[in-house]
Amino acid sequence: MSDMKPMPETSPNSPERRRFISAATVAAGVTLVPGVMLIEVAHGRPEDQPASSAVRWGMLVDATKCAAGCDECVSACSTENGWTPVAESKHPKQAPQWIRKLELQDPLTQMETNLPMMCQHCAEPPCVDVCPTGASFKRADGIVLVNRHTCIGCRYCMMACPYKARSLVHEPLNDTQKPDVPRGIGCVEACTFCVQKVDRGDGTTACVEACTAAGHNALVFGDMNDPESEISRRLRELPTKQVRADLNLNLGVRYHGI
Amino acid sequence: MASITFREVEGSSLKYWLLFGGIGLFVLFGFLSYLYMHHHGHVVTGMDNQIVWGLPHVFAVFLIVAASGALNVASIASVFNKPMYKPLAPLSAILALALMLGGLLVLVLDLGRSDRLIVAMTHFNFTSMFTWNVFLYSGFFALVGIYLWTMLDRNVKAYSKAAGTAAFIWRLILTTGTGSLFGFLIARELYGTAMLAPMFIIMSFAYGLAIYLMVLAAAYAWTGRPLGDAVMLRLKSLLAVFVAAVLYFVVVYHLTNLYFAKMGSVESFILRDGGIITTLFWVGQIVIGCVIPLVILLTGLGKQRTWIMIACFLVVLGGIAQMYVTIIGAQAYPLDMFPGMTMKSSFYDGVVHGYAPTMPELFLGLGGVAIALLVTTFAVKVLRLLPANLDDATVAKLEH
Amino acid sequence: MAGKIKRLLALGAVVLTTAALAWAGSDDQPKAGGAPKPVITKAAKGEQCVEPNDFMRRNHMKVLLHHRDETVLEGIRTKKYSLKECINCHASEKTGSVAASKDDFCVSCHSYAAVKIDCFDCHSTKPQGSMAMHPLNAETAHYAHKLAAQADRKISAEDMAGIAQ
Ligand code: HEC
Ligand code: HEC
Ligand code: HEC
Repeated sequence: MSDMKPMPETSPNSPERRRFISAATVAAGVTLVPGVMLIEVAHGRPEDQPASSAVRWGMLVDATKCAAGCDECVSACSTENGWTPVAESKHPKQAPQWIRKLELQDPLTQMETNLPMMCQHCAEPPCVDVCPTGASFKRADGIVLVNRHTCIGCRYCMMACPYKARSLVHEPLNDTQKPDVPRGIGCVEACTFCVQKVDRGDGTTACVEACTAAGHNALVFGDMNDPESEISRRLRELPTKQVRADLNLNLGVRYHGI
Repeated sequence: MASITFREVEGSSLKYWLLFGGIGLFVLFGFLSYLYMHHHGHVVTGMDNQIVWGLPHVFAVFLIVAASGALNVASIASVFNKPMYKPLAPLSAILALALMLGGLLVLVLDLGRSDRLIVAMTHFNFTSMFTWNVFLYSGFFALVGIYLWTMLDRNVKAYSKAAGTAAFIWRLILTTGTGSLFGFLIARELYGTAMLAPMFIIMSFAYGLAIYLMVLAAAYAWTGRPLGDAVMLRLKSLLAVFVAAVLYFVVVYHLTNLYFAKMGSVESFILRDGGIITTLFWVGQIVIGCVIPLVILLTGLGKQRTWIMIACFLVVLGGIAQMYVTIIGAQAYPLDMFPGMTMKSSFYDGVVHGYAPTMPELFLGLGGVAIALLVTTFAVKVLRLLPANLDDATVAKLEH
Repeated sequence: MAGKIKRLLALGAVVLTTAALAWAGSDDQPKAGGAPKPVITKAAKGEQCVEPNDFMRRNHMKVLLHHRDETVLEGIRTKKYSLKECINCHASEKTGSVAASKDDFCVSCHSYAAVKIDCFDCHSTKPQGSMAMHPLNAETAHYAHKLAAQADRKISAEDMAGIAQ
């Protein structure tokens, strides 16, 4: 019935080509509108174009700026994507959480670290490897998604995820979803890097907007393949780590200060 | 070689229909539980985003593992050419099919979107162990089905050995696949090991044989057919060997884990601090599932049929406890994302997850067991699976 | 011999029925029976559909399913065959939805033809930007304080400038 196309080619382009493309787009952006508009122009891909592997979306989390007790990113995500915040859920243990705040403490030094945890958008995602139907997939631009049209709710991906980033929708949502973000019972879901916003050309995600608006500036979103993007610049300067780096999954989310 | 007469079970007595109805009732309960879970979603189960595989998986994986083990008796007969086991083979094959069916139904009905089964049959991702298992399970049905046919139909009897060998090899691969379902999960400390696959194979031998022995003894007792001690004692000795091997593997598995420092905390969780999981491990898996059965089977008690039955039942209970510890225990222990740090969050990071199965989950699982028994009960009535006589004299003749 | 085959068949039948029984439980739709003729609710917006009526009547599922895979897997976001757009035009004036009452656009035909679709388990049945029009229920109450700010806002250059200063 639904003749699924094979996944778009995700093999990385040669670095030369990639650099050429991003240089060209950036040049175009600069000539059109200098300054802030640059991000939008560089990535506002036409709506009939598929996502391209020349781009790799990623996020930088600066844990040193992430404030204790602040959950702006979490509530912004819930508002944008329409999932009920845990505190308001009738079944908090079973409520989906696309993003959550983690409080870490070193038992020896008492040092506390705060950071948001969500899908790390691995380049080598274990969830994609284990998914029996291929519903878990990585889009050409590095966003790891669940195709909920073919997800059978087996939850093998949840077993496989080292970050516990995925949730099953445990109950009917009764048409409370947002038109831009379909979600539904029996399927597994997780952070999508606000794919609906990214494809619209916003060039950012709800959590990043909220963190910036709150003045913390702990989150940066952007194209890690574009050497001129803010995220690439910051990643060059700041020492960052990947969570569970031992698993060698090449994460799309990098943490500073952990 | 003396020939053996196979005969259907007399299936018109009140006793037969009572048994059939009793099992059928559990199938019905299982089905109602499924409808309930499917209608409301997994919110009516004890499962959540921490314990994502619950009691239904415990039953499903147990049944699937036991299914491949139940085929053992048939394999010994045809692959290893032991004439004494030949008359026991057809029951072994049908039991394997029935247990597999029960296990798969539970697995499928516990899916979040069980209505999309067709998607699972048409979309494949070959890096997934799950996908390979779909093929392994279908192949199992086909091969064991063919094997059963070669045993029941004189015209194709010549192919029996070939079919039996194929089924035997297939079942080894299948159990390896089932074990690897867990073995490939790098995220969970307890799973990321190749030990799981061979351990699952040896466990399947024990669980499958225990179930087989119970079904065999029950069928002969309730139909009044003679079943001699020769068969029972041979099989119970075999069971003792398997149970001892399971115990050996479990000990080695945990000892190797303890050897690695990073596994220390998760091991002490299972072995010492895990509350219900620890109890299930020591009392359920080790004492009830291995030690007591071994004591019964290896001492004088093992000569009495009642005690053999008790030992078999305990092996099955221990098997379910083992699955519970393996499946739930590994999820209950929090993921260690930041080694050396304590973690806190709204998503229960850093805390041991509790799990309280609900009635629908239990009955869904039992429904799978009931399906397996129902199919077997029906099959022995319509097919010539059971030898009319298995007393010592008849069996002794086979050996020559 | 024939008896044996019969028995084998009987066994097969049992196994299949059990499976089928379990399977049947998954779709509990009522059959067409004497359903009244479908009401085609007039589209709230637009003069005509994205393709001729005739074509749409016969092929809407094909275009939807094709577009669905293109969008989800590849990120192609054209509007023409987008489900969101269908809903924007076809939501009924009365219920504000394409699938809230039995006369709504995506329901009446289907119940007449005894087709069951699960799309609206996940997809909102209401047009975009309509959140504000509808009474908040328990599940969306948490939007209350965000609604004003939300009204289908796109980030403008000024906003971006303000954020990045
Ligand atoms: C621009 C608004 C608009 C959009 C977008 C739109 N439609 Fe339509 N559609 C109409 C109009 C107008 C008609 C003519 C019938 C009417 O007046 O209601 C129509 C007719 C139809 C019909 C035939 C009804 C009949 O009379 O038998 C179908 C089926 C249909 N649309 C489905 C869809 C689907 C599916 C989509 C999304 C891919 C869609 N439409 C998108 C406006 C729209
Ligand atoms: C289990 C939930 C679920 C079900 C059921 C479901 N969808 Fe979707 N659908 C989604 C999600 C999630 C997206 C991705 C939205 C995005 O990325 O913006 C999507 C996207 C789409 C899109 C592309 C976006 C758009 O609005 O055009 C189409 C078309 C679509 N679905 C059609 C369907 C149809 C037709 C059905 C019913 C046969 C259906 N879906 C059933 C979850 C679902
Ligand atoms: C003119 C009547 C009519 C209207 C209006 C209509 N449909 Fe359909 N739809 C049908 C019929 C008839 C079928 C069954 C076609 C078949 O089985 O070949 C169908 C089938 C479908 C299918 C495929 C179901 C399956 O599992 O095969 C989808 C998806 C679908 N419709 C979506 C929609 C959506 C979404 C709308 C509202 C925007 C809509 N339809 C409005 C008549 C209609």
